[in-house]
Amino acid sequence: MSALLEVEDLHKHFPVGKRGLFGRPASWLRAVDGVSFTLERGESLGLVGESGCGKSTTARTVIGLQRATSGSVRLDGAELTHMTRAELQAYRQRMQMIFQDPYASLDPRQTVGSILTEPLIIHGIGRSRERKLRALALLDAVGLNPRHVNRYPHEFSGGQRQRIGIARALALEPDLILCDEPVSALDVSIQAQIVNLLKELQERFGLAYLFIAHDLAVVRQLCHRVAVMYLGRVVETAPRDDLYRDPKHPYTRALLSAVPVPDPRVEETRERIVLEGDVPNPSDPPTGCSFHPRCPERGNVPGDRCAVEIPALEELGARRLRACHLEADDGPRS
Amino acid sequence: MDPSGRWNLHVRDEERLLAEAAEYRGESLWQDAWRRLKRDRTAFWSMIFLAVFVALSLFAPLLPLPSPIALDLKAEPQPPVWTELGNRGFDYTFETDDDYKLAYWDLYWHDKRLVDVRKAVFGDWQTGRWFGTDSKGRDLLSRIVWGSRTSIWVAFAATLCSLVIGVTYGAFSGLIGGRVDNLMMRIVDVLYSIPFIFVVIFILTFLSEPRQDLETESLVDKGWVFFIVIGAIYWLTMARVVRGQVLSLKNSEFIEAARAVGASTARILFVHVVPNVLSVVIVYLTLTIPAIMLFEAFLSFLGLGIEPPKVSWGLLAVDGTDAINPIRTFWWLVVFPAGAMGSTLLALNFLGDGLRDALDPKLRGKH
Repeated sequence: MSALLEVEDLHKHFPVGKRGLFGRPASWLRAVDGVSFTLERGESLGLVGESGCGKSTTARTVIGLQRATSGSVRLDGAELTHMTRAELQAYRQRMQMIFQDPYASLDPRQTVGSILTEPLIIHGIGRSRERKLRALALLDAVGLNPRHVNRYPHEFSGGQRQRIGIARALALEPDLILCDEPVSALDVSIQAQIVNLLKELQERFGLAYLFIAHDLAVVRQLCHRVAVMYLGRVVETAPRDDLYRDPKHPYTRALLSAVPVPDPRVEETRERIVLEGDVPNPSDPPTGCSFHPRCPERGNVPGDRCAVEIPALEELGARRLRACHLEADDGPRS
Repeated sequence: MDPSGRWNLHVRDEERLLAEAAEYRGESLWQDAWRRLKRDRTAFWSMIFLAVFVALSLFAPLLPLPSPIALDLKAEPQPPVWTELGNRGFDYTFETDDDYKLAYWDLYWHDKRLVDVRKAVFGDWQTGRWFGTDSKGRDLLSRIVWGSRTSIWVAFAATLCSLVIGVTYGAFSGLIGGRVDNLMMRIVDVLYSIPFIFVVIFILTFLSEPRQDLETESLVDKGWVFFIVIGAIYWLTMARVVRGQVLSLKNSEFIEAARAVGASTARILFVHVVPNVLSVVIVYLTLTIPAIMLFEAFLSFLGLGIEPPKVSWGLLAVDGTDAINPIRTFWWLVVFPAGAMGSTLLALNFLGDGLRDALDPKLRGKH
């Protein structure tokens, strides 16, 4: 049986600097530039990286909000990228999305009830009354008072609104939920509640999550596996504990070393890898490995292989993948 | 699919919860805006004023006013008289259809019924010369009230026309985006560059030529041409306003959420976009209506609008300016029509201002 979601060599390029009515774009912004990963049923995969590295674009392309430039997205073995709107409709039921900003993701003129029943109406599920009852059950499932079904989004707090957003994603009983930084707009205390809710829902309904975040602590709490992205590519994929204990890619190491430790004594001795320079412009990425101009390990690779050859994602042991020219056994320097 | 789904989601006491939910009904943004509009004194009283004015003009045939067209050619303009409340001078009988033309003009059937009611209630009684008479001896108050019908009617119909065209055009242009949007907006740009005053003057002049071969008289009601022509001009700005709003809405997350669920473009447009654009449209409408009223008055002033014996505020303004001369000022011929028009326009602007504040979600919950 194939994995629930298989993404292979996904590309999404945006035109930049288009001139005039029929002009050609001056260049292309490679937001997603060859992303591959798989996701099993009931699993959660964290997609981490700096802002602008293409995490959100990956999710939006997977769910079909944007057409992929090339590559393949397979849900349960069915190729989604070439489907027409009508064909996609059936698969949308199985794949839903939770958005980042709970203040922008709910229509301010709809009641909570109509927000939750809208997916059911679109997919022709149930009768009006049954849909209404389902809305109540959904509110209950995400920990909101079902009596508030006739209220409007502006009468809820940020955390409550995010719960409504989660309930909407649950309405069609999907197998997979794409979470686009669902907690980064929330208060830290609320973040924990939402993460716990997501965990609980996963256990209860057997959901798979593609969880996008730039907060490594949140990912550590929720995800079974983590994929690290840099400039539109996945540079490392590993089971959570392996990745946090023993990162293999130089970028992952730098990323993890930037996470503060709440213990002041440990924090004092924490060794930080400070990267030089800025994230390159994705419309003009460096040749070869896109990380090479900033890579602290570059001297350890003979020749200028890093600047010429794009490293492929290669197996590094049990369920670990890495895209780097470094010797595989070159573990962390500790 | 089974409505309870494969997850079999349920809460206990669904029925009771559903009943209880009715008591927890929230306040929609519209209700909130209405509540705040009521607190805005200026806007609220402007709204009352406008409502009274619209009611007066709608039910003008019911009011015991003198005939707006009864001439008294020997007389010169008579000043207002405030001592006499009314008199029994309304000695018309309405038996055949032609009888109505003596006191009024060719009325619609429902106006004729209203006139019948007025005759039954008030008999011969009519108001006195509260606002004076014009140079042909016609009662000014009656003419202002009857004139308001034309002005308000033209304004509403033309605004509605521009609303329908503008919102549909702008919303589609913004929602489809890309090349189609580009092309649609360039068309608007081209139309903008045409000096519409000349086009309107041309069309109306053409239509007012009596041409027996085309029988335009019977086919084309000039009032309708008026609405369509004026509406056809004012939709341009409306389309731009709506398009701008749609563009900013289009990328908002709740529209994306709807798309992720699989909503059709039409559904997104009418369920999500239009209700959210509506508040801006309403504010813009209250500012379009006065502009159209002024335009109507301007055209009537030029002699291209409503034709006598019908009246409009523009025609009354013409009469007023004609009456101004250095020897004798017939002030009431200018002051009353201008006052009626000015106060209406001012009220509309106040209302628009209040609506803008009330519908602004950023100010929600305040005052």
